[in-house]
Amino acid sequence: MTESTLSLHEKDRSKMPLEYTTEEGDLRIVGFWIFLAAELVLFGTLFGTYLVLQSHTAGGPTAKDLFEIGPVMAETIVLLVSSFTCGLSTIELRRHNKKGLIGWLIVTILLGLVFVGLEVNEFYTYAVHEGAPISRSAFLSGFFVLLGTHGCHVSLGIIWIIGILLQLGKRGITPVTARKAFMAGLYWHFLDVVWIFIFTAVYLTGLVI
Amino acid sequence: MIDSIKSFMGWFFVTGDPMIYGADASIALASIGIVAVLTYFKKWKWLWQEWLTSVDHKKIGIMYIIAALLMLFRGGVDALMMRTQLTLPNLHFLDAEHYNQVFTTHGTIMIIFVAMPFIFGLMNIAVPLQIGARDVAFPFLNALSFWLFFVGAMLFNLSFVIGGSPDAGWSSYAPYADVEMNPGVGQNYYLLGVQISGIGSLATGINFLVTILKMRAPGMTLFKMPMFTWSILITSVIVVFAFPAFTVALALMTIDRLFGAHFFTIAAGGSPMLWANLFWFWGHPEVYIVLLPVFGIFSEVIATFAHKTLFGYAVMVWSMVAISLLSFITWLHHFFTMGNTAPVNAFFSISTMLIAIPTGVKIFNWLFTLNKGRIQFTTPMLWALAFIPNFTIGGVTGVMLAMAPADYQYHNSYFLVAHFHSTLIAGTVFGIFCGLHYWWPKMFGYMLDETKGKWSFWIFMISFNVCFMPMYFLGLMGMTRRMYTYPAGLGWTPINVVMTIGAFGMGAGFVLMAYNIIWSAMHGKKDATGDPWNGRTLEWSTASPAAEYNFAHIPEVSERDAFAVTKEKRKAGNAGTVKSYAPIHMPNNTGIPVIMASFMFVAGFGCVFEWYWMAIPGVIGVIACMIARSFVYNDHHYISVEEIKRTEAATGRLS
Repeated sequence: MTESTLSLHEKDRSKMPLEYTTEEGDLRIVGFWIFLAAELVLFGTLFGTYLVLQSHTAGGPTAKDLFEIGPVMAETIVLLVSSFTCGLSTIELRRHNKKGLIGWLIVTILLGLVFVGLEVNEFYTYAVHEGAPISRSAFLSGFFVLLGTHGCHVSLGIIWIIGILLQLGKRGITPVTARKAFMAGLYWHFLDVVWIFIFTAVYLTGLVI
Repeated sequence: MIDSIKSFMGWFFVTGDPMIYGADASIALASIGIVAVLTYFKKWKWLWQEWLTSVDHKKIGIMYIIAALLMLFRGGVDALMMRTQLTLPNLHFLDAEHYNQVFTTHGTIMIIFVAMPFIFGLMNIAVPLQIGARDVAFPFLNALSFWLFFVGAMLFNLSFVIGGSPDAGWSSYAPYADVEMNPGVGQNYYLLGVQISGIGSLATGINFLVTILKMRAPGMTLFKMPMFTWSILITSVIVVFAFPAFTVALALMTIDRLFGAHFFTIAAGGSPMLWANLFWFWGHPEVYIVLLPVFGIFSEVIATFAHKTLFGYAVMVWSMVAISLLSFITWLHHFFTMGNTAPVNAFFSISTMLIAIPTGVKIFNWLFTLNKGRIQFTTPMLWALAFIPNFTIGGVTGVMLAMAPADYQYHNSYFLVAHFHSTLIAGTVFGIFCGLHYWWPKMFGYMLDETKGKWSFWIFMISFNVCFMPMYFLGLMGMTRRMYTYPAGLGWTPINVVMTIGAFGMGAGFVLMAYNIIWSAMHGKKDATGDPWNGRTLEWSTASPAAEYNFAHIPEVSERDAFAVTKEKRKAGNAGTVKSYAPIHMPNNTGIPVIMASFMFVAGFGCVFEWYWMAIPGVIGVIACMIARSFVYNDHHYISVEEIKRTEAATGRLS
């Protein structure tokens, strides 16, 4: 690949964290940030849709009827802690500590799995026990699709990180595996930020208004 | 048993119209023909190794352009069918339902499967060469983008022989497009075909943004980039911020239709207006996604054939930036008449008119570039020169439409149809034809014939005016868009006859261009120099067609119009130093993109028919391909110095 004016000289590059030491790694991380910007628009559109449709309950259950703070807090705490452990994994990556990196990533995806389990349980409760499936009203359509999109992202993230764990186990920390672990971290934190908005715009707003 | 198979076939395949049977037969014959030719000449391996698995941006660009030309043929036939139906009052060439399907596929194909891929093709060919790079930032992703576009287009096109075509217009407004009013699979084809190709477009946007930001040749600062590269940089930003909104809109309507949600329905609190907002929040920036790149092409071509540097370079850049920002705050002007409050309409009316300012600035800059230039009337230059007045007419009528109170008169009339064809044909279509003739020698190493090129230009350009100038007046006389026939005695007939003549004239111009391509492939003048037009930018400094690695040495840039500067230095006797070659690091070919896109096709087709036994394995296949790709580590190779020397010697460039 080509060297450009913006990219670093080889000498400076070698002083960078491992994932930035090749030009390819550098390019891919920049590309991933831009991908996250596109994801931001995607979720922004879903939030806009949800907020427009929030009051369109068509005589069905409202946000206040459905939401309970307990399960929501559990999901929130689990996901926020997973973001913390994901951060710890990046610190271990910077220390070139393979065991620590793998360990914290495993904790992260386990917490991710717990989160997905809690969310599936919440969906199941609404759709089956509370008579509030996706087809009941525009509000519920918006709710399930916004949260479902986030949940699908978390699930795909889990599959992705499992793939990276296998590569880390086989190859250790190299510029390529370091880049992959670092990018998965960016993705994971991004999903956490989205959740904070969901917590505020969907649950807190829904419970109060 | 036999009866149930019969009834399934009757429902699965579109039946009842002789034209469809003709299409069935021609598709079958063409497919058999392609398979037979490939088998007879033993070309399957060649096809797979040289094209289907290629990650070379130049080959991907050529594949984009071939696919876009085929789609242009299909979209053009749709247009001719509509014009035939409307030539005279009370014709029954097409019935109402068929007519609806034809205008829907015409619009969707022309925007999504012609304009965008054609531009993606040209930018794939030109941008890495213009910035002195050896490939794009993510060659694998680039191949995947192409194949996603391709299978999306195939899925969409399948609709007219299997299952039935969508008929809700290219803008696919709810609630008509939703499942209550529009059962059947047609609309599903629209949603999934466009969705799949849209994912590819988003990836292309990210890819070119990173390529241009990070991979420019040493010394090429942002404000020394060629104008086409600038236009692609800005377009990529628009793609990244507009496409996700469309992805969501399409997904929501798909969920409405397949899983009974209520986003855009009338029942259960859905909001049909939400679709209009989401669609045009992408749809208006989309207009600039297909316009800004051709502004870039015209800037290159006008500067090259006026033999001058572009007038007002920095202003050209900033006006494109201004257009890109404004493009995101004008979407509501597509539905002034749908019950917004006056202040809302006023805001969008003003924001829309503001776009005329940077666009006008660009028009004047092109004119000033021509001023005192040594103008050379080549085919690409003719397309560029014709663009200026014709596009300006489209722009001025756009300002007329932007006035919200007046728009109540123009809305959904043929005035509007004439306006957007004036911008999209005189802008985008002239632009892609201009770029096609301009970069053709760079793509294939020979020129398109100038005489035939000029004939096709004049026929197409004059016919375009014969077709679309009267259309403005037809709109003012009250004919609305999307009506499949009209009664006699309204005074519309003469204009409709003239328009149909113009439409067939454009068809003739296109056929002549196709003939020129075939003729030139056999007899075209070879381009041995790599610089047939006396070009100003770096793509002309390398061989035609460029070697796999583009540049044996990465060029160093000190000023704008880098190659023009180098040529002047050479004339002054400053040839530069001779450098030795080093092995070049290039990505390997890979079959994963085409296989992954095929799984996407299976998933899409399954979703269209709500056959989840088919859709779910398709999705699993896509994910499996992603995982497989993640485990590929040996994805690069080196081109040896000996091979570089051999390649360079073959084009007489060994230094």
